[in-house]
Amino acid sequence: MKSVQQIAHDVQSGATTASSELESALAAVRARNEELNVFLYVDEEGARRQAQSVDERIARGEPAGPLAGVPIAIKDNLCTRGIPTTCSSRILEGWRPPYNATVIERLLAAGAVPVGKTNLDEFAMGSSTENSAFGPTRNPLDPTRVPGGSSGGSAAAVAADMTPISLGSDTGGSIRQPAALCGLIGVKPTYGLVSRYGLIAFASSLDQVGPFAKNVTDAAMLLEVVAGHDEKDSTSLPEPSPSLVAHVEDGVAGKRIGLVRDLVDGADEDVVNAVNAAAKALADAGATIVELSIPEFRLGLSAYYILAPAEASSNLARYDGVRYGLRVDAEDVTAMNEATRTAGFGDEVKRRIMLGTYALSAGYYDAYYGQALKVRTMMIEAFANAYRQVDLLLGATTPSVAFELGSKTSDPMAMYLSDIFTIPTNLAGEAAMSVPFGSGEHGLPVGVQLLGPGRSEAQLFAAARVLEIAQGR
Amino acid sequence: MTALPGDWEMVVGLEVHTELKTATKMFCGCANHFGSEPNTNVCPVCLGLPGSLPVLNERAVALAMAIGIALHCTIAPSTFHRKNYFYPDMPKDFQISQYDLPINKGGYLDLPDASRVSIERAHMEEDTGKSTHLGGTGRIHGADRSLVDYNRSGVPLVEIVSGPDIRSSAQARAYASELRGILIATGASDGRMEEGSMRIDANVSVRKPGAAFGTRCEIKNLNSLRSLQRAIDFEALRQIELIEEGGTVRQETRHWDEVLGATSTMRTKEEAEDYRYFREPDLVDLVPSDEWQQRVREGLGPMPAERRAVLAARLNEPTEAQLDAVEVVIDLALEEFVHAAVDAGADASLALARAANELAAGIEGLENLAPGAFASTVLLEGSGALSATQAKTVLGELLANGGDPASIATSLGFEQLSSDSLGETVGALIGEYPDEWSRYREGDEKLAQFFIGQVMKRTKGQANGKAVIGELQARR
Repeated sequence: MKSVQQIAHDVQSGATTASSELESALAAVRARNEELNVFLYVDEEGARRQAQSVDERIARGEPAGPLAGVPIAIKDNLCTRGIPTTCSSRILEGWRPPYNATVIERLLAAGAVPVGKTNLDEFAMGSSTENSAFGPTRNPLDPTRVPGGSSGGSAAAVAADMTPISLGSDTGGSIRQPAALCGLIGVKPTYGLVSRYGLIAFASSLDQVGPFAKNVTDAAMLLEVVAGHDEKDSTSLPEPSPSLVAHVEDGVAGKRIGLVRDLVDGADEDVVNAVNAAAKALADAGATIVELSIPEFRLGLSAYYILAPAEASSNLARYDGVRYGLRVDAEDVTAMNEATRTAGFGDEVKRRIMLGTYALSAGYYDAYYGQALKVRTMMIEAFANAYRQVDLLLGATTPSVAFELGSKTSDPMAMYLSDIFTIPTNLAGEAAMSVPFGSGEHGLPVGVQLLGPGRSEAQLFAAARVLEIAQGR
Repeated sequence: MTALPGDWEMVVGLEVHTELKTATKMFCGCANHFGSEPNTNVCPVCLGLPGSLPVLNERAVALAMAIGIALHCTIAPSTFHRKNYFYPDMPKDFQISQYDLPINKGGYLDLPDASRVSIERAHMEEDTGKSTHLGGTGRIHGADRSLVDYNRSGVPLVEIVSGPDIRSSAQARAYASELRGILIATGASDGRMEEGSMRIDANVSVRKPGAAFGTRCEIKNLNSLRSLQRAIDFEALRQIELIEEGGTVRQETRHWDEVLGATSTMRTKEEAEDYRYFREPDLVDLVPSDEWQQRVREGLGPMPAERRAVLAARLNEPTEAQLDAVEVVIDLALEEFVHAAVDAGADASLALARAANELAAGIEGLENLAPGAFASTVLLEGSGALSATQAKTVLGELLANGGDPASIATSLGFEQLSSDSLGETVGALIGEYPDEWSRYREGDEKLAQFFIGQVMKRTKGQANGKAVIGELQARR
């Protein structure tokens, strides 16, 4: 598979065309989509139109954008005008958004060619893409295993060489965990760096859109295009998109990197070994490795499973059968709401709506939601304290390599634990990424996690690039 | 106002919701306009479509601060919360509102009778859509079909919550009326209760003087000052009767039926929703800078109480009717015209009457009328150069097309009537009605009105009544 840089360069120079790059991508989708269930919807017509328009711009001698002719897969919780957007839920049956998410508008303007919409855990709630109303996605590296989740479809699209890059969303690890399980770069940007306008909310204070790619530079190119202030998102950071690609080769010489015991403990041995090897590679490149413990990280999971469901219970209230999507008729409006939601939502979504409703209820708010907010504040302070001592943090992305389909579906707690190392970053609103480093059981990829303070993406990409170089890539 | 039996006292607090007169909605760019075709002023944001996000309207914040300043509140850093409940006309199934940290806290409103009502808070929130239930019972449960218009969804509101300081329905009415004047004066609202741009909920309880507050009932959605006053009186009497018969008041929300003139239970406290308030994560904290607050403060003109006093001071011992006219003039912000006329030497009560009647009736043409032109017209009428009817016609023409009053009067042929032609007309009438004329000469003053009527008929109302009497007396 060609890199993003190469495709964009070749398309712009006329060595190839956006249309022919798209046809290759569509052929790759056709070859494996039935087996892997990556795309819920392939927008051949729209993609061909966009590819043609890129080719026409180039024929007229105009610059066609930094992602000219690059095929891309889109997680199906990002709104695409006129194209079904389902969140892998029955409740949005038949709905076609009348508008594009800001990130989609930016991709189109940059010459990228969205190929279609990828599978996810329903409303991004899950860690394996098995909670989809449209069936699970399989890991292209071993189809008996999960690709991770919730952005499993977007990870699988890149891992299966269908598209070189894709967009996912990360609320508690939904980009980094599948990136780790599929051997990809996956980035959870600083909260507010990428506009959430048009991202269908799961937990608004935690959600963030980010890239999947096969290499650091491709991820940086994609993030540069979608990042930057958006006046339609009040929580969007005020700055324009940061310069990332230019800093990919900056290295880590002189940087202090904290190896966080609490982001390794409890992980499988091959994962622990990979993290230690990554630490050595960073040290070899001139970084100072400092061993740290941040015990607050261990509180993250329980706080997250109060806060995220609480916000979700409110965000998902609108799916009531009145205006769009599924409606199951009943004798009056209240009964119709109930029948619609009963039929439209899957078990995990219902579980979280109930958890969140309970946590916000009068009489329980202080003990649950209020307490979780305090933990969140502690988490922010714990990160801030760590970043007074070091520049970046290092740990595992997830405790194990890709697990087998069905192995955790009957035990929600076991599934929730896959996100134990990724959740702290979302609670603090900071940045982190997963970088494939070495392999574990059955030769499956292991992801190590690099974490940094808000707006540290350039430093994170530079450190990730050091890990790539150490693996001869 | 109904007197309460025995030594019972009512305790009332009002929650007034006012729609803010912004060009666009609270969180999106859709037009904030009453009366458009249903579902035409809508977009992904105010329809609550998946993925959409709110962005706060700066003008709405400025108007909310203006209300706070006018009510002597403290403007505080505030946050938005979500109030969660299911309702078909609320597209997100939660309302963005302010909860424990409202933009305006702790103020007061002084009423014309010199009483003071405390203001607990004046916070911002978004309006809902509007449901119409067709067939069956005509209410949400039991209708055949329900239609929802989301044009109003996301219109900015300020809710002004008074303290439990009001002790009579008349005081409640005076409070609502004074508040309405302030809302209009700040430019925050048009105060049109009939269009729902100002809606009132009343919390009513009763007690014996000095006793602790009784259990209160909330009467929802009172949409006229008359309903407010009637509903409060009904509710206080209902509670007193209930207690005197040995019952106890249940805390509940009640509905006012305008036709029956009675309140009835909407929902009890046990059925009350748990709104599960939490911070709206899609919005950031609202911390208006000192400079911004100062700009709003400096942009505010005088409030109705002050303007009323200034205007009333120009009248000599004003009558009840004149004070009503003052209210109309203040309400419609017409006092500039009255002041211009009085400054030019016109009679204050005549200027007031022309403003409260003719200008109020032709308010949509007001931009055509310069205060100076109004002053000239009132002066012409006061001097007798124009009759009352002629002056009204000239004002009508000015409001319709603008222009100069004297030229308009000339072009309508009004001036020629003043002396010679009036004398001719009166002379002719005396010849035609010799009996009436002799009775008048013998001192029957009522016949003056007969002659004025005849002159008016013949001149199509273009004569000045006083001038007619002058002519008659000169010939007596």
